[in-house]
Formats: sequence, structure tokens, C-alpha cells
Amino acid sequence: MNPLTRRLGKMLVLSVLLLLQACASVQHADVRDPWEAMNRSVYGFNDALDKVAIKPAAKAYNAALPSPVRTGIHNFLGNLGDVWTLTNTALQLKGQATAETFMRISVNTFFGLGGVLDVASEMGLEKRKEDFGQTLGYWGVKPGPYVVLPILGPSTLRDALATPLNIQGDATQQFHDKATRQALSVTRVVDVRSTLLESLDVILSAALDPYTFVRDAYLQKRENDVHDGNPPSRFDYSDADAP
Amino acid sequence: MKTTSLMSLARRRGLIATAFALSAALMPAWAAEEAPDALIKRITNDTLDLIKADKSLRSGDLSKIIQLVDAKLMPHVNFRRMTALATGPAWRKATPEQQKRLQDEFKILLVRTYSGALSQVSDQVVVVKPLRAGQEDKNLVVNTEVRGKGDPIQLDYRLEKTPGEGAGWMIFDLNVLGVWLIENYRTQFTKEINAGGIDALIASLALRNKANAKPA
Repeated sequence: MNPLTRRLGKMLVLSVLLLLQACASVQHADVRDPWEAMNRSVYGFNDALDKVAIKPAAKAYNAALPSPVRTGIHNFLGNLGDVWTLTNTALQLKGQATAETFMRISVNTFFGLGGVLDVASEMGLEKRKEDFGQTLGYWGVKPGPYVVLPILGPSTLRDALATPLNIQGDATQQFHDKATRQALSVTRVVDVRSTLLESLDVILSAALDPYTFVRDAYLQKRENDVHDGNPPSRFDYSDADAP
Repeated sequence: MKTTSLMSLARRRGLIATAFALSAALMPAWAAEEAPDALIKRITNDTLDLIKADKSLRSGDLSKIIQLVDAKLMPHVNFRRMTALATGPAWRKATPEQQKRLQDEFKILLVRTYSGALSQVSDQVVVVKPLRAGQEDKNLVVNTEVRGKGDPIQLDYRLEKTPGEGAGWMIFDLNVLGVWLIENYRTQFTKEINAGGIDALIASLALRNKANAKPA
């Protein structure tokens, strides 16, 4: 484990403990979110941090680099990310997904200039995203309570505990040079945020309560991803309009 | 996740394209028996083509976008059912007038939000995935993916068979990136209703719409 991972791991354990402490004092509004009061304050912190640092950085990044360069960087990081997806599709015993992701990495690395060009997608090799939280979910581990992590954002107890492994398994963290690792981590955060610049504003303008909106969306999305896009429907669609 | 080998995928895409070109030509004759995935393919492509052809739509002209939505999408959407489901049990206790105002405000909220997304449309194509087997006509999901620049966007539709109404199928829920719209609004709506009844919900939707109107 490298120092960054270890530090993040400690931070996670600490925040989970803090949350557990806080849970005694919160009134239980939503069963999936017993730590709502604490989560809301971390959400507020993240939101403020985004406003003063991450969003401006993403905007500057968009302004400084032309779109093809940003796409190249996005693809390069995506190709490195595919390696962890590969591990997790294998851990979920998904034969075809594993084979195709392996093909994706090979094709993009060798024919896509080290991953800068996403040749594989053009060939119809589907891009998948699987992380260790999804692997745990696949094997039946329930998500547990909703947790908002400092800086990292929405999570669940299950996903939060999987996060140190996700960070360690990320191919950007396999470089020996510490400066390279950190540069890649920062670039990834800015890259992700820059692709969300428009859509996040759109999403938040559609919300009556942004905290609730983001929480419910995150929980649904993770359930969706664990089931590869087709989760069992638990919502009651029976006619609400019957007289 | 549905997967196919490279060759058969390419071949199948060609076949599908031909099939859809044919079905589009024959459409008026057997529109009533249109399959749900074919219907989704047709209306999303029609809408995308219109947006690509019309600059004022892409520049975010709200009245034109609402016109487009009313003309192209709404005939296939049971919006009353969507609003009722998002509202939950309180819907039945609302007066017809409250129900209408709630529907109107909810529609403006959704249309305005997604008109922002429409202004980003450039080279996107919609890929309709093969229907999953064993689904009921009362509650059937069509999975699609919007492909263009950047990562593909999951966009699914929940439909109900409605013989003689619309094109034979009506949409009653929408899934963007793995998040079903109605389920996601239910909690927020319920919160407002618990705090101040159906009128409070209408008021807060109206307030949100007013705030969204300002920067645009």
C-alpha cells in the first residue's frame, strides 16, 4: 500500500467512526440514511470546496486545453481505469465482459497510442465501469447506510470500505514516481469534474432539495450498476391515479 | 449487459439500419402494431434530427423546445400518470385543479432542465438495445444508449401497452444514467407534501421554475 492510499484509508475509517458516533443524535427520516445530519454537513463542506476550488479548476482546464486534447487525456485515464474494471469483471466471473475489457485495453494501448485514442469503442467494444463496491454488491453485500465522504462525495458504507482498494487498484497509482501518481490523481479529479460542468448544473436545477436528489440518485445508480443496467424494480408502479 | 462479438455486431447494425429504414417508410400503414423498441427508436431519432436541423432549438429557445416536446414526445407520454406516481398517495386527495397545476409546473421543471441538455446535441446517435425477454406489456423497459463525444449515456424508457391510444404504447417513466425519474422525485415530493400539503409542493415547484428562468 502506498502512503496516499494508507492516509486515505485512515481518513475513511475515521470518518466512518465519526458517523457512527453521530448516528445516535439524528432523527431517522429515511431508513437508508440514518446519518443524515452528519451527511448533510459533509455535503455542505464538499459543495463549498467544489465552489472555491474544484469547479474553478475544471473551468480553467476546459478553457486552457482544446477539446481534442481533453478527450485524449480522458481516454488515457479511462484506459488505465479499464484495468481495475478488468480485475472486477473477473472477480464477478463475467466471462464476456472480462474478455472484451481485456481486448479494449490491448487495442487502445497498442493501436490507440497508449490509450489516448479510444479505438476500441469505435470498434464496438463496449466501455464498462466496474469497481470493488460493485463486486461486493454482485456477491450479495448490501450497500448499508448512505455516507457522504469528505472530498470523495456520495457513497455507502459498503462502497466507502471498498474505496481504499479502488484507489490502490487504480493503474494510475502503480507508477513508482510519487509526483507522477499525484499528478495523475489531480488530473483525474479535474477531468471528471470538467466532463460534469454542464450536466451537474442541469441536474441541480431540476432538484427541489439537492441533497435528497443527489442521495437518491446515487443509491439508485449504484443499484443500477451492480445489476448492469437492469436492477429489479422495487418501486410500486401500481396506479396512483385510480379513483 | 448485452454483448455481442465484433463481427456480428457490425453486421447486425447494418441489418437494423435497413430494417428501420424500411419500417419508417411503411410506418403509417401499421403504426398501431409498432413494437415498443421501434417506437422509441423512431421518436428519439425524429427529435434528434429536428434539433440538429434547427439552430434556435439548440440555442435554448424554451418556447420552441416546449413546442417540440408537445408535438413529438408528449403524444407518447402519459404525463398525468408520471405526475401521479411521483406524487404518491396524496395525488388522489388533490382537487382536479391542484392536479392540473402540479402537472404544469412539473412539466416546466423537466422540460427546462432537459432543454439544457438538448443544447449540447451535436453528433449523437441513439442505439436501441435488444428488448429483454420475459417483460410484461404493462411495464416494459426499453434500454437505449446515447453515443457521441465522451462516455455513452444510459437512457431507458418504461412503457405500458395502450391499444388504440397514442402509438399503442405510452411512456410513463424515464431513466437517465441509471436513475429513474419518478422514484427520484417521490422522496422530494413527499417531503414537501408532509411539510405543507399539496399546495406547498406546487408552490416550491413554481419557485424552482422561477429561479431556473432567471439565468436563461
